[in-house]
Amino acid sequence: MGLLENKTILVTGVLTDASIAFHVAKLAQEQGATVVLSSFGRASRLTQRTSGRLPSTAPVVELDVTSEEDLAALPDRLREVGIDKLDGVLHSIGFAPEAALGGNFLNTAWEDVATAVHVSAFSLKSLTMACLPLFGDKASVVGLDFDATVAWPKYDWMGVAKAAFESTSRYLARDLGPRGVRVNLVAAGPIATMAAKSIPGFTDFEHVWATRAPIGWDISDPVPAAQGCVALLSDWFPATTGEIVHVDGGVHAIGA
Amino acid sequence: MAQSEQEILAGLADIVNEITGVAVADIASEKSFTDDLDIDSLSMVEVVMAAEEKFGVEIPDEEVKNLVTVGDAVSYIAKASA
Ligand SMILES: NC(=O)c1ccc[n+]([C@@H]2O[C@H](COP(=O)([O-])OP(=O)(O)OC[C@H]3O[C@@H](n4cnc5c(N)ncnc54)[C@H](O)[C@@H]3O)[C@@H](O)[C@H]2O)c1
Repeated sequence: MGLLENKTILVTGVLTDASIAFHVAKLAQEQGATVVLSSFGRASRLTQRTSGRLPSTAPVVELDVTSEEDLAALPDRLREVGIDKLDGVLHSIGFAPEAALGGNFLNTAWEDVATAVHVSAFSLKSLTMACLPLFGDKASVVGLDFDATVAWPKYDWMGVAKAAFESTSRYLARDLGPRGVRVNLVAAGPIATMAAKSIPGFTDFEHVWATRAPIGWDISDPVPAAQGCVALLSDWFPATTGEIVHVDGGVHAIGA
Repeated sequence: MAQSEQEILAGLADIVNEITGVAVADIASEKSFTDDLDIDSLSMVEVVMAAEEKFGVEIPDEEVKNLVTVGDAVSYIAKASA
C-alpha cells in the first residue's frame, strides 16, 4: 500500500518537469494519492502540458497566490474539477524580482522586497487559509525552503523572504495545530530548476554543496527533496509540526 | 521515422504559431526566436516541450540556449530524430 493511499493533495508550483513540485506530484501519485495542480496566468498552459508527463494527467486550477480573488475562489475551482476535500497541500512557490537578487542587497527598493515576501512567504499563510475549508480532521501542509539561518552569496532578499517563510510556518503550526493541521518545511539543497537558474549566483551554491555535503549532493536530482515532502504529507510524521527537515546532503550540519 | 528538415520546419512553425500566435508565414529558418519572433523564456520552454512531444526527441536544457534561430532548432531535431 502506498504512503498516500486515499489522500488528495493540492500541488502548487509545477512549471516544467524539472520543477521540484513535479517530482512531488509524480511520487505522490505513485504512492496512491489523487493529485490536483495549481498554476497561474501564462504559466497555466505550461503546467497543463507538464501535467501530461505525470503518471496520470492531473487537473490544473488557476491560483495566483497574490490574488485575493483567486484565493477566495479556490475551494469552488477545486470542486469544479471534482475535488471536495484535501488531505495535504504542497507550497512550492518562490519569486523575487531581479533587483532583489544577485548582489544588489544594499540598494534594493522596498517594492521589490515586498513582492518577494508576498509571493514567497506570506503566500504560505494565504494558501493554507484558502485550503482550510476543504481540510478534514487532519491535514498536512508542506513547503519548500532554502536554509535561511545564514547569509548566502547572491540570494539576498530571497533569503530574507525564506526567513519570513520559516517563521510563518511556525506561527501557522501554532495557530492551526488545534485544527489538526501540521505545517512543515523541507529545506532542500540546490536543484537545477527554472527558478534556480534565474538566481545569478547559483553556481556558487553548487560549489558549497560539492565540497561540504558529507553524503554528497546531486543538483540534477530533485527526487530526494520530493521524497521528503511526500513523507511529511503522509501519516508517518503524525507528531511533527513547525519543523524544518533538511534534505540537503547534510550541509546544514557541517561548518566548513 | 526520419523526417525531412522541410517537414520539421512546418511542424515547428505550427507549434510556434499555436503557442505564441506568430503567423506561420513569418516563421522561417533564419528567424531568431527572441529577437525576430519575440518569444520569451516561458513560451520558449513551452515550444521546446511541444516539439519534444511532436518529434519524439529530447532537447536538454543545456541545448536550448544554443537554439537561437528556428533553423538551429530544425537541425537539432533532425539530428536527434535521425
Ligand atoms: N531549486 C532549488 O535549488 C531550491 C532549493 C530549495 C528550495 N527551493 C524552493 O522550491 C520551490 C519551487 O521552486 P523550483 O526550484 O521547483 O522552481 P520552479 O520555477 O519550477 O517553481 C517555482 C514556481 O513558483 C510559481 N509561482 C511564482 N509566482 C507565483 C504566484 N504569484 N502564484 C502562484 N505560483 C507562483 C511558478 O509558477 C513556479 O511554478 C520554491 O519555493 C523555491 O524557493 C528551490
